[in-house]
Amino acid sequence: MINIFEVVETNNMIEKENLDVRTITLGISLLDCIDSDLQKVNDNIYRKITTVAKDLVATGEEIEKEFGIPIVNKRISVTPIALVGGAACKTPEDFATIAKTLDKVAHEVGVNFIGGYSALVSKGMTTADELLIRSIPLALSTTERVCSSVNLGSTKTGINMDAVKLMGEIVLETAEYTKERDSLGCAKLVVFCNAPDDNPFMAGAFHGVTEADAIINVGVSGPGVVKTALEKVRGENFEVLCETIKKTAFKVTRVGQLVAQEASRMMNIPFGIIDLSLAPTPAIGDSVADILCEIGLEHAGAPGTTAALALLNDQVKKGGVMASSYVGGLSGAFIPVSEDQGMIDAVVAGALTLEKLEAMTCVCSVGLDMIAIPGDTKATTISGIIADEMAIGMVNQKTTAVRIIPVIGKGVGETVEFGGLLGYAPIMPVNQFGCDAFVNRGGRIPAPIHSFKN
Amino acid sequence: MKKTIITVVGKDTVGIIARVCTYLAENEINILDISQTIVQDYFNMMMIVDMNNATKQFGDISDELAAIGEEIGVIIKCQREDIFSKMHRI
Repeated sequence: MINIFEVVETNNMIEKENLDVRTITLGISLLDCIDSDLQKVNDNIYRKITTVAKDLVATGEEIEKEFGIPIVNKRISVTPIALVGGAACKTPEDFATIAKTLDKVAHEVGVNFIGGYSALVSKGMTTADELLIRSIPLALSTTERVCSSVNLGSTKTGINMDAVKLMGEIVLETAEYTKERDSLGCAKLVVFCNAPDDNPFMAGAFHGVTEADAIINVGVSGPGVVKTALEKVRGENFEVLCETIKKTAFKVTRVGQLVAQEASRMMNIPFGIIDLSLAPTPAIGDSVADILCEIGLEHAGAPGTTAALALLNDQVKKGGVMASSYVGGLSGAFIPVSEDQGMIDAVVAGALTLEKLEAMTCVCSVGLDMIAIPGDTKATTISGIIADEMAIGMVNQKTTAVRIIPVIGKGVGETVEFGGLLGYAPIMPVNQFGCDAFVNRGGRIPAPIHSFKN
Repeated sequence: MKKTIITVVGKDTVGIIARVCTYLAENEINILDISQTIVQDYFNMMMIVDMNNATKQFGDISDELAAIGEEIGVIIKCQREDIFSKMHRI
């Protein structure tokens, strides 16, 4: 039988160490909403999502109450809209009407984000893909809760450099369209290499075409819990350190597994995966950078950071995998800048640069995330940053991503405030040397060789 | 049988257990186990209870217990046992 100390430990994690379930994300296939008539597509999407997701928020709240665990976000991901709207949309403006429908649905069912305004173009772009991509600035500036993602490359296909070039321009254009709100649109736009089909986290969540009609995916969190556990093993060797992270990750993930199973049972929708992630928030004590400091660094970004992050990421996976029946999504330690107080402090202290962040993305769960850069950064430079990150993902067979915010009208040293879970960020300097001739070549970078590994 | 864990945390005063137990008895909630300890000067009590024959819904019981806690200056939480057993047992 459970004893009082175990009960106290769990409740301390929830009350003092910010343990929560970060998101229950309901994936919904919209493939059966396809029609050549735009109005019908919009009607079908509206009807399908409001039907399937009507109980999502209430279910989440009931689980919160029964188990006493906060479920911070309830979200929806849908089939990439470039596929759903392809037959009906002839212009970027046509696609933007679907974004409006998604936004309306999100408000009605009470979710805070809906992901899947997406295109998968790792090898080439269809006309519909390109129209959707060109509609992103309009879509994100005229909606509140819609998130957009574009998959630009994969280990199997290489990198679509035409799309990389286009996305550099689109990121900048989205920043321009939302400049009154500190270019907030870019916080809802992410580009990927090796994007997973079942990621529950925003902005990159979409419901892949390999998925069932509807599925429940859950993202767990708990940087504060890991940090607190590590405070008790200060000065111990790496074996003790790693075992402690592993055991803690197991406990955190078990809660996610329980919540996912309950949600699945209550909504009668199959359970997909647990994304076993350390996802920070701007709240004090909910920081991945603080864990790196607890491991022994003065600041995130100091020499040793990449190694510390690599071991953290790996132990989180090792502990979490056993705690869940199905693991997927992005799974690992997230390192967003604006959403993590410790990362913000490291940037302000001058310990963390864009280049170090890039190195860290080789061993973290995703990539360059929530980084504010000067608004006068050239589109080709943004494309160059994206291409670098895609290359890391392609060669290392991992998911990488870029969610970067060129803040129009602001420069290095200034701060940008996104609010809520998106936090705030100091604007970071970008390497000023050009890469125009590289980005403008056009075409694709071929897939890497899958042998002769070293 | 689904079990529920009730925890009471706060400054120790006379009658905490009596008050909680009276409420449970009035609502047909059976107590299976009680343990208590002092952690960092705070009174910590845990009850394992069976709510299967309870006269009210889980959410209402949880709210009413929390309200009683507020009255007597302690925090009372009501959680399904699974969250603890999943986390601490393989």
